[in-house]
Amino acid sequence: MNYVIIGNSTAAVGCIEGIRKVDTKGNITVISDEPHHTYGRPLISYMLLGKTDEEHMKYRPDDFYEKNNVKTILGKKAVKIDKESKSVEIDDGSVVEYDKLLVATGSRPFVPPMAGLDSVEKVFNFMTLDDAHSLEKAIDSDCKVLVIGAGLIGLKCVEGIVDKVKSVQVVDLANRILPSILDEKGSALVQSFLEKEKGIEFTLNDSVAEFKNNTATLKSGKTINFDVLVVAVGVRPNTELISEIGGDVQRGIVVTSKSETSLEDIYAAGDCTVSHNIATDEDQIIAILPNAYLQGEAAGVNMAGGDKSFDNPVPMNAIGFFDYHIITAGAYVGDTYVAGDGQNYKCLFTSDGVLKGFIVIGDVAKAGIYTALVRNKTPLSEVDFELIKDNPQLMAMAKSYRDEKLGGTL
Amino acid sequence: MKKVWVNEEWCLGCHLCEYNCAYANSGITDMVKALKGKKINPRIRIEESDSINFAVQCRHCDDPICVKSCISGALSQNDGLITIDQSKCVGCFTCVMACPYGCIMPSDDGPMQKCELCTKNGTEPLCVKGCPNNAIVFEER
Ligand SMILES: Cc1cc2nc3c(=O)[nH]c(=O)nc-3n(C[C@H](O)[C@H](O)[C@H](O)COP(=O)(O)OP(=O)(O)OC[C@H]3O[C@@H](n4cnc5c(N)ncnc54)[C@H](O)[C@@H]3O)c2cc1C
Ligand code: SF4
Ligand code: SF4
Repeated sequence: MNYVIIGNSTAAVGCIEGIRKVDTKGNITVISDEPHHTYGRPLISYMLLGKTDEEHMKYRPDDFYEKNNVKTILGKKAVKIDKESKSVEIDDGSVVEYDKLLVATGSRPFVPPMAGLDSVEKVFNFMTLDDAHSLEKAIDSDCKVLVIGAGLIGLKCVEGIVDKVKSVQVVDLANRILPSILDEKGSALVQSFLEKEKGIEFTLNDSVAEFKNNTATLKSGKTINFDVLVVAVGVRPNTELISEIGGDVQRGIVVTSKSETSLEDIYAAGDCTVSHNIATDEDQIIAILPNAYLQGEAAGVNMAGGDKSFDNPVPMNAIGFFDYHIITAGAYVGDTYVAGDGQNYKCLFTSDGVLKGFIVIGDVAKAGIYTALVRNKTPLSEVDFELIKDNPQLMAMAKSYRDEKLGGTL
Repeated sequence: MKKVWVNEEWCLGCHLCEYNCAYANSGITDMVKALKGKKINPRIRIEESDSINFAVQCRHCDDPICVKSCISGALSQNDGLITIDQSKCVGCFTCVMACPYGCIMPSDDGPMQKCELCTKNGTEPLCVKGCPNNAIVFEER
């Protein structure tokens, strides 16, 4: 059996580990245009922060490919899938044949058209290890940085560089920061933390009208001078390999819970796909690492002839800035339970008798107990909600659940 | 694989396991020196109420969502045991977000810590050894 994987990141690793649970012999080939050993993509900001380095960022040990008998073709791009001859064409002209193929191509930065962007000398994205190295080289303690985008990636970039540069300004079209994971109160709390602790300046509800060399003129008329520009307004899934050959693509590649695409023997996983969010019952791209792993793993098991579904995707994020932590999951709909003080914040969302989603900021201990309620759609009738709303704890769960998980009387 | 199991009918909520955990992981041989005057940060934690108490620590899940969620590869599963390589952990809290039992938490030095069944301490789980009521046991189930 010949397995081929396009991409060498989380979904690819999940797939390799999934395949090897079922098939220890088949040939696995990994093709990626990034020339590196697999690394934790989210770690690039921690590298700039000095919390890790290239050696420790390796997502799997040095002997990972060897141990799993994986052939790697790195620094090369897959340019075309031929579903008739079941092969993948690579940019050096070579061709790799597959019996089962995984597309784990992730996403790429989206750079909206902005007038005068060409005149800016130092422009960076923040997606890859190479991006992070280039950015690191371009900054110094005298440098003024402008970041376009106050989402997860933009703000993690800010965290990584703010102590190394003179100033950081952040501009976003949205009227608040981290709008994809926070509610208004949460956004305000985190914004004021970043302003007070690190002097980061936010200009919200605004966007760049024009760049002229090192000056950005915003729609509001405000001008910002900068030395280095980081564009982090969003990402676009890499779906072309599948759409070009007639596979079903709706924003992302459409897959089943077994990670099958609409094309025979072709699977897809990770940020390039759409998942079925069980908290909202809607299809969406859930661009988070756990999702990529779980989808990749399911793909691998199924490619190797096993049977595995990943049935409960939900958005869930852990993000922190300078030891101020945020954990969120699920959907923000239904009744709310709100608690907090100036530093900590919690909002639980309940509807249809289940915990639909939550936001916790500051004190995030044991938040995974909430996440499990969301992912498992645990009926709140089985849970002591009065107890658990104050503190996540197993005491609030049914005794039968505790007995099963923790021990009980034999 | 042998795991630590708790019988909540027998757990007295005496917190001895928490102290034994802190001692076992302190790297200090003298128990008094290891614990005296220190605020302990154990990997096993008692939950208590008026009527019941029980100790909770990593369940060494067969399908470990923490490992599959870890952004750095710091967490791994080896023959059923879930361990952490603290040198790789960046303290992102994704595993805290993921663990359904609240069993992984920051260490005093920053990276996460979790119960590793005393495999790095050269002993059988000390929490079990010291439990005065045999409420926690270390066995195959
Ligand atoms: C700065 C940053 C911080 C983040 N922080 C977090 C976080 O804290 N928590 C979290 O859950 N998620 C986080 N994410 C998101 C997380 O990194 C992604 O969800 C995860 O990496 C998705 O994995 P993947 O395998 O689907 O794709 P990717 O990691 O995007 O990898 C896809 C790979 O395929 C390669 N590729 C694409 N097309 C081709 C081709 N045609 N031929 C060859 N190779 C190709 C790409 O170059 C890339 O290397 C963060 C992302 C960024 C950028
Ligand atoms: S830390 Fe939590 S999720 Fe991970 S193996 Fe232990 S109990 Fe399971
Ligand atoms: S806090 Fe450490 S162990 Fe937990 S997910 Fe992040 S890197 Fe992994």
